[in-house]
Amino acid sequence: MSLRSDKARIIQSNPPILAFLRRTGAQVNSFLKFVGGFSSLCLSVFHELFESPFYLKLVIEQLRAIGVQSTLLVCVTALATGSVMALQFGYGLAKFGGTLYIPKIVALSILREMGPVFTSLLVAGRIGSGIASEVGSMKVTQQIDAIRALGTSPIKRIVIPRLLASLIALPILTLLADYIGLFGAMMVSSKELAINSEYFIAKTIESLEILDILTGMAKTVVFAFFISLLACWKGLNTEGGTQGVGNSTTWVVVTSSIFIMIGDYFLTKIFIITVYPH
Amino acid sequence: MTQNKMKYSIALNVKNLHKSFGNKTVHRGVSFELRSGEILGLFGGSGTGKSVILRSIIGLEKPDRGEIIFDDRNIVGLNESQLIQVRTQIGYVFQNGALFDSLSVEENLAYPLKEHTTLNAREIKLRVNQMLDLIDMTGTNALFPNELSGGMQKRAGLARATILDPKIILFDEPTAGLDPVNTKRLLDNIKNLKKSGITGIFVTHDIPSAFEIADRIAILYQGAIYVIDSVENIKQSEDPLVKSFVSDSIH
Repeated sequence: MSLRSDKARIIQSNPPILAFLRRTGAQVNSFLKFVGGFSSLCLSVFHELFESPFYLKLVIEQLRAIGVQSTLLVCVTALATGSVMALQFGYGLAKFGGTLYIPKIVALSILREMGPVFTSLLVAGRIGSGIASEVGSMKVTQQIDAIRALGTSPIKRIVIPRLLASLIALPILTLLADYIGLFGAMMVSSKELAINSEYFIAKTIESLEILDILTGMAKTVVFAFFISLLACWKGLNTEGGTQGVGNSTTWVVVTSSIFIMIGDYFLTKIFIITVYPH
Repeated sequence: MTQNKMKYSIALNVKNLHKSFGNKTVHRGVSFELRSGEILGLFGGSGTGKSVILRSIIGLEKPDRGEIIFDDRNIVGLNESQLIQVRTQIGYVFQNGALFDSLSVEENLAYPLKEHTTLNAREIKLRVNQMLDLIDMTGTNALFPNELSGGMQKRAGLARATILDPKIILFDEPTAGLDPVNTKRLLDNIKNLKKSGITGIFVTHDIPSAFEIADRIAILYQGAIYVIDSVENIKQSEDPLVKSFVSDSIH
């Protein structure tokens, strides 16, 4: 008892320790709030996903905003990525006489990793921030309250359309990025590395399996789920006016990006163990 | 008491409401009755929880304790899907209108009709136009909220909240931030609604407006209703707190 009170006295008489404990406590509290709030949002989404009314028009609107309007950005990035990878691998492998392996290495890298991860990061930046700022603005201007006060559900009208649109759009964008990236790699290989386009295509087809495409797309389904729900959750919990909206936007981009990078490692590990040929 | 019950029916009964936000206690037992056909003005200093009472009535806040009886059932504790039915019968006029940015005026007003009625597109348009006429906003159908003045946004918010003919309307500081001309215009709109016999709670700092609109006044003080009485009795009250509150607010 006296030992415990001695410890308490030491802590209380030491402001840096007290400040550290307070800070740690606040961070733990905020993390637990996030876990609880996010889980609760996921449950509400699953609960309301299959209940009428269904807002198909809102899903289509979001598909346009999330999918169609991201196309150009994704295509340009994929073209550049594929081209740069072909260049890097080309000059790197040339030293060892391995130029002919470029189609296989580039194709596997793009389909399994670069396509899904880069597309998801781009979408997290463009769409995650867009959702967080839009929903956050609606929150601070009481529009979310208005949706509820008018007898409708923000989960149905705001969250579910954005989730479904992300789940549909991101794998399609990834598929597009894969093809554009391979096209870029093929063009650079042909012009810079003297690899014939027919050979590039033949080798790419020979070395790829349908699972390479499917696992890449499967990753983006997981990423889309988290990007859209994280953005919606943060938007719905925005406080503190316009500054709060800015903070929410930054938080979503940073958290989604970290999640994508860490998630990619674990998903790749799972696919290596279970799906990819050894 | 029995005599009173014969004179009026109760539209809403708030009983012993308690609410805290973290360490801050806002309500320490708020109780009052809202009579059918009356507008109750609710006064109180800033941060005393006037808006929280309205938000609790419509289920946007969960009270820690207490009851809110509407249509013979306690609203407190209902889940979101159970609250939908309640929310179609209680209109909420937000302080800033809270119109949906991405929808035009017509779409904003049509929103509750599309969600909760079986009216067809033509009937909805007709009803929206009637409401726009009523609030002197004829022809603004295609405008978006950012193209409207503050007063027009609030009037459109009022029209949206009342378009389903709710049993009760909650006004959350509707005249805040409005110039005298727009305040008068909004009050005229509310008076027109009052002629049709609406029941409502009018939360405000604008005491003259509340005296103009309300039938009775309640004053929220230290987390509870300090007094609730007719406008005339409040004006003539000798109670020092009521007197200072009313005169300070007016001057």
